[in-house]
Amino acid sequence: MLKYVGLVLSGLTRKKLRTTLTFLSLLAAFTLLGLLQAVNSLFSGAADFLGANRLITQASTSFTQPLPMRLLPQIEAVPGVEAVSHSQFFGGQYGDGRSFFPQFAVNPQRLRQTYPEWVMEEDAWRTFTSTQDGAIAGRLLAEQNGWQVGDIIPLNSFIWTRADGSRLWEWRLVGIFDGKDAEWQKRANLMYLNYGQFDEGRSPGARGLAGVFVVQVENPQDSERIASAIDARFANSSEETKTQSEQEFQLGFIRQLGDIGLIVNLITGAVFFSILFLTGVAMSQAVRERIPELAVLKCLGFTDRQVMWLVLAESFALCLLGALAGMGVATLVMQFLPPEFPITADAFVWIVAGASVLVLTLLVGLPPALTAQRLKIVDALAGRAGDSPLELALRKAIEWPAFAWRWVMGRPPRDAEAQG
Amino acid sequence: MGHAPPSLFPLVEIRGLTKAYVRGKQRVEVLHGIDLDIPEGDFVALMGPSGSGKTTLLNLIGGIDSPSSGLLKVGGQRIDDYSADELAAWRAETVGFIFQSYNLMPVLSAQKNVELPLLLTEMSSGERTRRARIALELVGIGDRAGHKPSELSGGQQQRVAIARALVSDPTLLICDEPTGDLDRKTADEVLRLLQRLNSEFGKTIIMVTHDPKAAEYAKRTVHLDKGTLVREAAH
Repeated sequence: MLKYVGLVLSGLTRKKLRTTLTFLSLLAAFTLLGLLQAVNSLFSGAADFLGANRLITQASTSFTQPLPMRLLPQIEAVPGVEAVSHSQFFGGQYGDGRSFFPQFAVNPQRLRQTYPEWVMEEDAWRTFTSTQDGAIAGRLLAEQNGWQVGDIIPLNSFIWTRADGSRLWEWRLVGIFDGKDAEWQKRANLMYLNYGQFDEGRSPGARGLAGVFVVQVENPQDSERIASAIDARFANSSEETKTQSEQEFQLGFIRQLGDIGLIVNLITGAVFFSILFLTGVAMSQAVRERIPELAVLKCLGFTDRQVMWLVLAESFALCLLGALAGMGVATLVMQFLPPEFPITADAFVWIVAGASVLVLTLLVGLPPALTAQRLKIVDALAGRAGDSPLELALRKAIEWPAFAWRWVMGRPPRDAEAQG
Repeated sequence: MGHAPPSLFPLVEIRGLTKAYVRGKQRVEVLHGIDLDIPEGDFVALMGPSGSGKTTLLNLIGGIDSPSSGLLKVGGQRIDDYSADELAAWRAETVGFIFQSYNLMPVLSAQKNVELPLLLTEMSSGERTRRARIALELVGIGDRAGHKPSELSGGQQQRVAIARALVSDPTLLICDEPTGDLDRKTADEVLRLLQRLNSEFGKTIIMVTHDPKAAEYAKRTVHLDKGTLVREAAH
């Protein structure tokens, strides 16, 4: 089979501009496919506890449903749990609200135990703990807004009202924290608020509730077992819980936007539908131009089936090269995405790309390949070769919308025009 | 009709050969019961006016078209009832084709064009290269092996086509107006080359031509008119 590789690839060099443009279209399509399917894979994947040293326990119904604070000591008592903190999404708007950043009401000491990745001076931690209305901001966020320690940061919460009915909360910036390394430093664009003022300030009915619990485990290998143990402890109670890895929990936020898988697949489908026509036309034209050459191959002793495979192999080669380049670009792009988008081209993505190559090859390559197969040497040499029935059917299918359009617009079909 | 010279073992044996095409509802017979023998080592020119059926007859002998009726034997084998795949295998082994417009692959070098028929064999890459090089040397353009057809003159391209026809060492060379696109001088060179392949290498050559001067290079000329053999002349 290898001896035919040169012959197959030579077909692609015949019209370099056309091949390059088709290749670039395929590259773009497969880059998009790689990225979108990686997102799909991320969202459709089952909870992965592998290497998770931090778990999030939320109400089983939704993370927007708060859990009572009394669950905290019970979670702490689960064997293998090292530390537990609680975290409540604050949902505050700063200034004109155009630059949104997340804020969480937390217990400062517990935050420090469960997020050792955040680094701050000892004095600042102490001040944060002792200041009821204290807040700390990540370095990125503070620099972005020009904040200094001691500034008062007004936040207008779209979730939490104060006991007096106001939504405006003022927080005193007592520290600016950094990430322990470059990767965490990139994430330092959020704000933590002291739970003290938050819990006292909000309406009485909402007090004593934590949003979610952050569970630091002693051994990441035990994460799955610990998650099951926590959920089992509150099973069949009025506060059933759902414990998952931190990454899985974060994805839950985005899942709220809608059926990510469906959206991703629809976009991928639309892209491939366009590519299908583009590549199909290019391949069909490439074969049409080479009909006498294909006839000569048959003269030399190539069988109908061999000629068909040569044409199909050419389509496959083009699709494969475009797919490999596109997936290469997609993989490269993934390396430069921020850690909030932890997408990777895993086996699922490569399988989808591989299947797409095969389907695309068959759809764009088979019609011209069948034309090549049924080519009668004598007719082809005399320039009398026609399309395969499949190509004819496809051509009619493509022409049909134009016919329908003319009919809708009240113009007579071409035949009638000619007769008229 | 008995036009062939006496031969105990003709390479090509044709008896009562007809060929008809269906055009719409009409059946048009273009060859009417041809009888012809071509002995091995012969060099035959097929001549006749346009539409006389000479190219159709050539295509049938070359196995790229099938007769409607009659007997067609080449090398003692009846090829008229071969399937498409059997004919393809037979062509690869037995026939070399030379066309008026050369029909080379424009994206392949002369060397790679000549190697094409050898892809159907079990030969190694090295052996294919060696044989193609020998064929190109034989037709006198070994120094142009790396050039693409667009970088060669018409005569050189036809020599590459002849090398391609020769490389698998076929018994029969089928030539359809091989000098039709060439000037007189180049045409004479190509015809002398064919003559040499016939006389020195024993290749049986059947050549369709309109050109009486080209036909003079053949050992004999067979004339067709309206699908019938009308005359035969030895040179």
